[in-house]
Amino acid sequence: MDLADLSIAEAGRRLRAREVTSVDLVEAVRRRASMTEAILHAYLTIDREGALGAARAADSALAAGRDFGPLHGIPIALKDNMVTRGVETTCSSRILSGWRPPYDATVVERLKAGGAVVFGKTNLDEFAMGSSTENSAYGPTRNPWDADRVPGGSSGGSAASVAVGSAFAALGSDTGGSIRQPAALCGVVGMKPTYGLVSRYGLIAFASSLDQIGPITRTVGDAVTVFEAIAGHDPSDATSYRGAFPDARAGLGRGVAGLKIGVVRELSGDGIDHGVKASFRMMLEALSAEGAEIAELSLPSTEYALSAYYLIAPAECSANLARFDGVRYGLRVSGESVGQMMAASRHDGFGPEVTRRILLGTYALSAGYYDAFYGQAQKVRTLVIDDFKRAYDQVDVLVTPTSPSTAFGVGEKTADPLSMYLSDVCTIPSNLSGDPAISVPAGLDESGLPVGFQVLAPALGEAVMFQVAEAVERLASFDARPSLATSEGAA
Amino acid sequence: MTYEAVIGIETHVELLTRSKMFCGCPTGFGAEPNTNVCPVCLGLPGALPVPNERAVEWTITLGLALDCAIAPHSVFHRKNYFYADLPKNYQISQFDLPLCVGGHLDVDAGTSVRRVGITRVHLEEDTGKSTHLGGSGRIHAAEGALIDFNRSGIPLMEVVTEPDIRSPEEARAYATELRSIVLALGISDARLEEGSLRFDANVSLRPEGSQPLGTKVEVKNMNSLRSLQRALAFEIDRQTAVLASGGSVAQETRHWDEEAGRTESGRSKEESSDYRYFTEPDLVPLAVGPDLLDRLRSTIPELPAARRAHYVAAGVDEAAARTLVAGGLERVFDDAVSAGAPARQAAVWLTGEVTAHLNRTDQNPEALLLDGAGLAELVAMVDNREVSATAAKDVLSGVLAGEGSPRRVAEARDLLQISDAGALSAVVDEMLAAHAEVAERIRGGESRLVGFLVGQVMKATGGKADPKAVDALIRERTGA
Repeated sequence: MDLADLSIAEAGRRLRAREVTSVDLVEAVRRRASMTEAILHAYLTIDREGALGAARAADSALAAGRDFGPLHGIPIALKDNMVTRGVETTCSSRILSGWRPPYDATVVERLKAGGAVVFGKTNLDEFAMGSSTENSAYGPTRNPWDADRVPGGSSGGSAASVAVGSAFAALGSDTGGSIRQPAALCGVVGMKPTYGLVSRYGLIAFASSLDQIGPITRTVGDAVTVFEAIAGHDPSDATSYRGAFPDARAGLGRGVAGLKIGVVRELSGDGIDHGVKASFRMMLEALSAEGAEIAELSLPSTEYALSAYYLIAPAECSANLARFDGVRYGLRVSGESVGQMMAASRHDGFGPEVTRRILLGTYALSAGYYDAFYGQAQKVRTLVIDDFKRAYDQVDVLVTPTSPSTAFGVGEKTADPLSMYLSDVCTIPSNLSGDPAISVPAGLDESGLPVGFQVLAPALGEAVMFQVAEAVERLASFDARPSLATSEGAA
Repeated sequence: MTYEAVIGIETHVELLTRSKMFCGCPTGFGAEPNTNVCPVCLGLPGALPVPNERAVEWTITLGLALDCAIAPHSVFHRKNYFYADLPKNYQISQFDLPLCVGGHLDVDAGTSVRRVGITRVHLEEDTGKSTHLGGSGRIHAAEGALIDFNRSGIPLMEVVTEPDIRSPEEARAYATELRSIVLALGISDARLEEGSLRFDANVSLRPEGSQPLGTKVEVKNMNSLRSLQRALAFEIDRQTAVLASGGSVAQETRHWDEEAGRTESGRSKEESSDYRYFTEPDLVPLAVGPDLLDRLRSTIPELPAARRAHYVAAGVDEAAARTLVAGGLERVFDDAVSAGAPARQAAVWLTGEVTAHLNRTDQNPEALLLDGAGLAELVAMVDNREVSATAAKDVLSGVLAGEGSPRRVAEARDLLQISDAGALSAVVDEMLAAHAEVAERIRGGESRLVGFLVGQVMKATGGKADPKAVDALIRERTGA
């Protein structure tokens, strides 16, 4: 097996056994990237020199007996909406073209402190707005299982890089499913932590009350490892959780016997593609056979969750993206007055989907419309939270397919934003509630495309979520590899 | 028809916290432009705000001092508008759930006490500062602009009154009183000229005796308490003239032009502002518990109104008490009284000569070179007749010029007067001998000639003799 295909756990074992070096690992992902990037375009920036420098430092530290933890020496990719000191950070937007941040995001600091090697910055839908990574000012990312299809989004570059082996793991951000949906479409594991467990400081905000950074990995075990490395209270983020953090490993290896698993009726029937449904049902049977108690239950408010999300997220983004005005950084298009300069910079700097959401959000917050739109959406959000609370009185976790379909064709949904928005129908509710959720590959559909199985847990319920996710991974024994990773060049 | 003015005042107070409202940058005034900045106060992508606890506490403290109700849960909102010196293009402020609501402040413009309702006290962040280049320095004609973000994110407290004020004098009295309270609490340096205290006034007119409010005009850019009063007086006259000529007052923002002594219309087209307020999702609600309130209440010192009452009770007259408290002279006064100076005399010196000196030199009371002990010494020297009342003024000016303690100055400037009977007797006897004829006439009953001999003694002593003592000695010797 090529080094680039190893799990973090295995690569770490070999590093400590002195069988490989961190430099070897960086070279392995670099080779994989050089063979796949021309088709895939998972990366916006590969920081080869920076990565090699960090790898050498990691190697000498390890040689000197200093082991910074399970990510020591492991090459990791970052979605390009997390700021990296001195390394261009664009959010896939023209408006930030060439911007080199003067500081590192807290997650970047934490990864570096844990010895990880930042390999590059991955492509995304501009400002994380989209479900296909087609809304990138620098061109779309392709799906490694079928280059005519999208990788999902918005963390499509992160998911594709992990799937194809041009990173051992990646960080994504999830506002409405932007980690889990691309993970599902690329056949990897993607996890959104409980809101507040991972610092947002240095994550370029899309919708502050919904955004959360999380890991994209090839195994559930690796997801736990990366989650543990990035989670923790951060005094620089006022919404960072201050209480005791859950022991994410507490349920690992325990299986699902005796657990109550709730199937969300509204998110597992109508509107779900046949292949996805079939795979989902098979996994339910397997879980039941392992001794889990499967119960179907209803979350009536989820019907309105998508609508509420498409008011709350645009409203917050309309303010969050106001700072991109050409005054202090990024693109500046000259104008007769300061106001005209700002307008021209924003007009030229933002793509159509970002513009659409800023306009939607501005409208939803306007005097006279606030109550009908934003105010109403906040009430729905409360109903969703209440629905989840009631559900968790009855079951330990909830499950749904991660996305209604497997990877769709490039260009298939770009003309119809509403059908694109529906890709996130199963993932959005847990962003509204702030609860953790994970997508684990459960199998392939009839076209040979990966299907994601989503496990939802109550706030701070990471332990039981990982417990079930690990069982799903084992029961699926998903060992298929995307064609691009195993094509001749990559062999 | 006679009109009644209806005035409400919005006050912005820059808090004197060491760090900014939502980041750790220092707040000092006068640093090199754009040096007290970081990703947060520059609005860089990814940066997040963390509230300054002290600023929150100080806002609550002012709320308590103004008898406001303190909200158990208070929320920050985003106020959205585009402006080049507002780095995020929204200001973190408070909207419908401010920290403090519903207080009042009693003010006295010298006529009667007016209770001014305090609608709210809330907390927000300041903007950067734009400097327009070229043209007249005004935004319209400017060729370019420079922005200094050192001010961006400095904690700014806003105090809003009900429209309870009825005259420019009351407005000034309110502003003076609020400033005194802020200074007493030590939460701001409250300097109007540096912009750490800023007043905006809303003023409208209505026919005397009628209830509905007229169209209001917002007046800005008053850089002193005096200009607040002048601007309002001008604006009331202007609106009266408009109404008297049958016109109607336009709702607008007008800027006070100190030199021209008039208000000028701001933007010609008044933009209807929709700030699209919504809850700041980067911050969690502020919870204020009873323990915190008790602790903050216990930190409130004696407030100006109570202090004035206390001075009046000690024998200081009402006007002087007002000047002492408003002028930041309480510490020198209190120290002088503790050092033994009678309150009334200490107050007379401070509100007279010392205040005149401060006004003349445009100095801050903190920079004064006279302390309480020095003032007490000066008062005692006058009482003991060691210096004359006239010489005492010279002594004071020496002290204020940094020449040392009053006694040192009196000695150095040779201003000590001779009131010791022993020392004076010789001179008096000498003069009685020299003017024996005059002395004889006094003994004969012409007591009006005593003054002549006193003058001779003063002349002989170079003016340093205590004239009262000399007068007494001559009368004793001549039996006048």
